[in-house]
Amino acid sequence: MGGINAMKIGALKESYEGEARVAVTPASAAHLQKLGHEVFVESGAGVRAGFSNEDYEKAGVTVARTAAEVIGAVDIVAKVRQPSDGEIGQMREGQTLISFFYPAQSPELLEKAKEQGITAIAMDMVPRISRAQKMDALSSMANIAGYRSVIEAANNFGRFFTGQVTAAGKVPPAKILVVGAGVAGLAAIGTATSLGAQVFAFDVRPEVAEQIESMGAEFVYLDFEEQAQDGAATGGYAAPSSPEFREKQLEKFRELAPQMDVVITTALIPGRDAPVLWTKDMVEAMKPGSVIVDLAAEKGGNCELTVPDERTVTENGVIIVGYTDFASRMGAQASELYGNNIRHFMTDLTPSKDGVIVHDMEDDVIRGATVTHDHDITFPPPPPKIAAIAAQKPKEKPKQLTPEEKRAQEIAAFKAETRSQVGLLAGGGILLLLIGFLAPASFMAHFIVFVLACFVGFKVIWNVAHSLHTPLMAITNAISSIIILGALMQIGSGSAWVLILATLAVLMAGINIFGGFLVTRRMLAMFQKS
Amino acid sequence: MEYGFTTAAYVVAAILFILSLGGLSGQESAKRAIWYGIVGMGLAVVATLFGPGAGNWLLSVIMIAIGGAIGWVVAKRVQMTEMPQLVAAMHSLVGLAAVFVGFNAQIENGRVAAAKAAGEAVEKFTGFAAILAHKTPAELTMLQIEVFLGVFIGAVTFTGSVVAFGKLAGKIDGKPKKLPGGHMLNAGALALSLLFGLLYLTGVGPGMFWLILIMLLAFFIGWHLIMGIGGADMPVVVSMLNSYSGWAAAAIGFTLSNDLLIVTGALVGSSGAILSYIMCKAMNRNFVSVILGGFGGETGPAAEIEGEQVAIDADGVAAALNEADSVIIVPGYGMAVAQAQGAVSELTRKLRAAGKEVRFAIHPVAGRLPGHMNVLLAEAKVPYDIVLEMDEINEDFPSTDVVIVIGSNDIVNPAAQEDPNSPIAGMPVLEVWKAKQVFVSKRGQGTGYSGIENPLFFKENTRMFYGDAKDSVNKLLPMVE
Repeated sequence: MGGINAMKIGALKESYEGEARVAVTPASAAHLQKLGHEVFVESGAGVRAGFSNEDYEKAGVTVARTAAEVIGAVDIVAKVRQPSDGEIGQMREGQTLISFFYPAQSPELLEKAKEQGITAIAMDMVPRISRAQKMDALSSMANIAGYRSVIEAANNFGRFFTGQVTAAGKVPPAKILVVGAGVAGLAAIGTATSLGAQVFAFDVRPEVAEQIESMGAEFVYLDFEEQAQDGAATGGYAAPSSPEFREKQLEKFRELAPQMDVVITTALIPGRDAPVLWTKDMVEAMKPGSVIVDLAAEKGGNCELTVPDERTVTENGVIIVGYTDFASRMGAQASELYGNNIRHFMTDLTPSKDGVIVHDMEDDVIRGATVTHDHDITFPPPPPKIAAIAAQKPKEKPKQLTPEEKRAQEIAAFKAETRSQVGLLAGGGILLLLIGFLAPASFMAHFIVFVLACFVGFKVIWNVAHSLHTPLMAITNAISSIIILGALMQIGSGSAWVLILATLAVLMAGINIFGGFLVTRRMLAMFQKS
Repeated sequence: MEYGFTTAAYVVAAILFILSLGGLSGQESAKRAIWYGIVGMGLAVVATLFGPGAGNWLLSVIMIAIGGAIGWVVAKRVQMTEMPQLVAAMHSLVGLAAVFVGFNAQIENGRVAAAKAAGEAVEKFTGFAAILAHKTPAELTMLQIEVFLGVFIGAVTFTGSVVAFGKLAGKIDGKPKKLPGGHMLNAGALALSLLFGLLYLTGVGPGMFWLILIMLLAFFIGWHLIMGIGGADMPVVVSMLNSYSGWAAAAIGFTLSNDLLIVTGALVGSSGAILSYIMCKAMNRNFVSVILGGFGGETGPAAEIEGEQVAIDADGVAAALNEADSVIIVPGYGMAVAQAQGAVSELTRKLRAAGKEVRFAIHPVAGRLPGHMNVLLAEAKVPYDIVLEMDEINEDFPSTDVVIVIGSNDIVNPAAQEDPNSPIAGMPVLEVWKAKQVFVSKRGQGTGYSGIENPLFFKENTRMFYGDAKDSVNKLLPMVE
């Protein structure tokens, strides 16, 4: 595989304690080879994700014994976690590193990478534009974390998620609140609803209300006007909110806390500590046995009582899960998705699929993710040329009418209707009186019949099904040939002209009667239920 | 005694007619309702034959038998796609019959009046003339008004229906056409007939002469009015003519002092009126503007449409269908023209067999007759419970994978909602563009009846599947599993 100039790419075994993920899987290696690259992997790198050395060898990957061997052999080093000092130290000038980097939080590492002269590509810095979605590792990991958070919650929660009515008694569905509807939040909502729980979700960006509702959760609205965050301005992430807004938000959470069985918090603000949204008093207000899963634990936690990496139980029996390795806990799945993210990035770096890397610093995605290049720190990147998502109008909250307002409206509608009906009746009555004044009595007797028939006709026809309008026309056609009665009464009346005209009229009406009814029957017989 | 029997029969017949129309509220009860109508009609005819005033009933029975035979043959032979023209043709017969009966009333009236003037005994008259002979002068004036109305409305219905028939059957060009002078001609003819009507009532000159003039003017109005209305407005026109035929029957009922005629005429008249109203509402146009023909004056420049129409072949459509879970089909007049309902039904059957949700969305004015599409789909054995009205299904488009638009255009035009300057702005439309993917089966790139560009065809999620609707769907069939 690969030509003489073939770039070599190698994945290290993660040095972080307990990390199960790996940056290259046998499947993604095959794709990398198609791009013209030669693939290396450190022995045992995939074991905890379920990929043995043999699996890699079968896929044509060279298995090296040590990390140093891999780093020595390859041009591009792929990793999952942030590299350690030692790992960076082993790298040589001109080498490329692809991994999570968190450049804003780790300036020393950035400095070191610059001094070493390596090109560092931070997978966590891939800009959030549509084109780059396939390499957005934060999203793919968040998706897994969201899913896993619900599974952890279910594992710790001593009851069903779904509501059931059983012979032994009725079980209400669990109530779950998801705070922060980013990728992880939405994944958690989807998982929780599919387990049958009743899910509520909150986010500071009102434009995500639609996404929340589309996943089957109920959006928790805040009565707060000015704070309409524009997700587009911050690249699709949430921005810090004003103190007033925060106050309102906490008030809402306090109201919800006693009702919720499970709370999953996912609120993160890029480059900052996680905001504290679930305070001590809220935890205390929750029922014993309730579960809090804090996906922001690594950044300090959204819950005041979260202990990172620990599962703790409070005095009132609330379980707080503060694990920081949700993605790693699903190593096989996470490696597969992360491996795909990496190979998609490599596809962009290898535009002609010939194993030649073109590090195009004009490209929005490559530029955004590159944090050191050519002995230079290239972080933070200039803002991307394309906005993440279009600015959206906040969803209008359906206006809740107070009972008084509702009543007033109903009364007003009733009055208007009464007025129009009385008006019509009065007008019609006067018209009838006028006619009655002028016309002979025998006419009036028939006229009453006519008016009543019209009235009955209007009432009856409104109920006719739309789909039967054609049969309606055919049948009214048939019965309008009742005109035949007129002709029948005249046909025996005498003069020749009358006889001829009446005969013709009877003939035509006869066609209509038979034709109309028959064709209606034919049509109606065709309507079938499935 | 005899009179009592006839009246009783009429009461029963009237109730049966009302039940018959009321039964059309559901597909199942409708099958019973038709029998109410048939029994009611039979009862009415028999009661009249044996009732007072009737005579010559052998001739009557023969004529009914001949007419019945013709009606039978026509009803058996007619194609479901030809239903609009059949309905129009039958309206014309009712209109003409009303004209004839009206003339007879005038002839008899003249004969009785002449006899009275000559001082002859009125007892010698039989049948209808005998009834006339006993009328007071005021009642006779009223009778003349009724004859005038019956003949006028009947004549308008007759020529109007003939033209509508021609247009629907494709024998007359469907485009709106008017003589120079346009609606002023109609208004003039109407004024003139009113004038002649007045002369007729006051007895200036021979009554028969005025009545014939009135009939000719009404013939002209009916012809010219409907000539000026385009093909897609035919649902309104046909229901309007349906209504007119009812009013003509009611007017004749007054002339003959026959309550059953009045009741039935009123039922049919209000039925047609409501149908016209529903159709107009579905097009967001008022009745007058439809009758005055064509679409209203330009309200401003229509919004520019950006993008291009992207064509797709049968493979692409079939692939999308195979992947889809939910499909909505939107049929229009084009499906009727291409006789594609059988192929569409087969496609529906296959997709449903593959476990996909398939439904039909019917716009109230799709086709050329109210409910036209429902009848065609029913003929092709599409179950009626998957055929839904606009209001029932419009909210489901955003969650639908594939929408297939077959031969409809204006009823799926997003300009009605998006472009306030569009001539169809405000017309309720099926929101197909909200679905994930839309395929439009269409003959070519032309505009619809209204001549309005359809921005739907330029949307990103729309693909144009050009070709005859029947051929196109037939091509899809083997590729859908």
